[in-house]
Amino acid sequence: MQLSTLWRQSSAFRMGVSISIATGLYGISFGALGVAAGLSVWQTCALSLLMFTGGSQFAFVGVVAGGGAGVAALGAASLLGVRNAVYGMQMAALLGPKGLARLLSAQLTIDESAATALGQADKTEQQRGFWTAGVGVYVLWNLFTAAGALLGNALGDPSRWGLDGAAVAAFLGLLWPRLKGREPIALAVAAAAVAMLAVPMVPPGIPILIAAVLGGVWGYCTRSSGQAPRAAGGAA
Amino acid sequence: MNTETVAQIGAHWWLWVLLASAIAYATKLLGYGVPARWLHHPRMARVAGSLTIALLAALTAMNTFASGQQLVLDARLAALVVAAIALTLRAPFLVVVVLGAGASAAVRWWM
Repeated sequence: MQLSTLWRQSSAFRMGVSISIATGLYGISFGALGVAAGLSVWQTCALSLLMFTGGSQFAFVGVVAGGGAGVAALGAASLLGVRNAVYGMQMAALLGPKGLARLLSAQLTIDESAATALGQADKTEQQRGFWTAGVGVYVLWNLFTAAGALLGNALGDPSRWGLDGAAVAAFLGLLWPRLKGREPIALAVAAAAVAMLAVPMVPPGIPILIAAVLGGVWGYCTRSSGQAPRAAGGAA
Repeated sequence: MNTETVAQIGAHWWLWVLLASAIAYATKLLGYGVPARWLHHPRMARVAGSLTIALLAALTAMNTFASGQQLVLDARLAALVVAAIALTLRAPFLVVVVLGAGASAAVRWWM
C-alpha cells in the first residue's frame, strides 16, 4: 500500500506519524543533556540507539550529571525500564510477533509504540500503530539525539546556558502526566522527600534508588482503591 | 565541568552505557516471554507504575536541589517553578524544557 493511501485510510498510521514527530523532536533535549552531564557525543548516541527508552535514558544521564556512580545510573535506568516489560506482555498478547519480528519489536517497545497500538480497535490497525510509532520514534529520536549532542558540545559550559535547568524541566515534564489523582501526587511528594533526606547520608545517585524502593513497595502494598497509578497506558 | 574531568570520566562510562542498554533490552524481551495470564495480575502493573512515579519524582528533586551530598537552593529552583507553570498551562514538552533552561540561565545572569 502506498504511503498516501495509508495516510488516508489508517488512523493508526496518522497517529503513529504524529507521535513520532512530537517525541522524536525532544531527542534534541536528551542529546544536549547527555553531553552536558559529561558523556561523550558517541556515548549519548549509543544510549538512544541501544537503550532506546526515553525515561531510562534521562534517568541515566540525570545520575551521571549529579556525580553518581555507574552502578547507580544503571540501577535508576533499569528500574525505570520495568514498565517496558509490562508493555511487552501487552504487545505479545496483542500482536504476537514471532522470530526476528519478536526480537525487533522488543527493541521498539516503548511508551509511545505501546500506547499507539493499544489505542486501536482492530488487529491490522494495532499492528500499523505499533510499527509506525516504533520505527518512526526510533529514527527521529536518534537523529535528534545526535543533533542535540553535537549542539550541546558546541555550546560549552552547560550551566551558562541553563542546561541544568533544562534537566529539571525535563524530569518534571516526564512526571507530570502521571500525576492524575491524589495517590500518585502523594507518592511523588513522598519519593522526592525521601530522596532529599537521603542526600547527606549516602553517595550521589543512591537517593534515587531509595526512592525507587519506596515506589515499588508502595505499588505492591496499596490496593487499587479507585485511583491506582496509571501504569501501562490504560493497561490492566 | 571542565574538559579534563570530562575526559577522565568519559571512558569508564562506556561499560555502564552498554550494560544498562543490555538490561533495558532484556527487560523489554522478558515481557514478550512471560505467560499472558500474568498480565491479569494488576499488582505487577501497579508496581511498575509506582516505581516510575517515585523515580521521576526523585530525579526531579535531585536535579533541582542536590549538589553532590548537599542540598542547595540555586538557579535550578527557577527552572522547576517555571516548568511547573508551563505544564499547568499545557505547554508541549519541548517548550517546557526550553523555558526551564531559560529560567535558570536568566537567574544566573542576574545574580
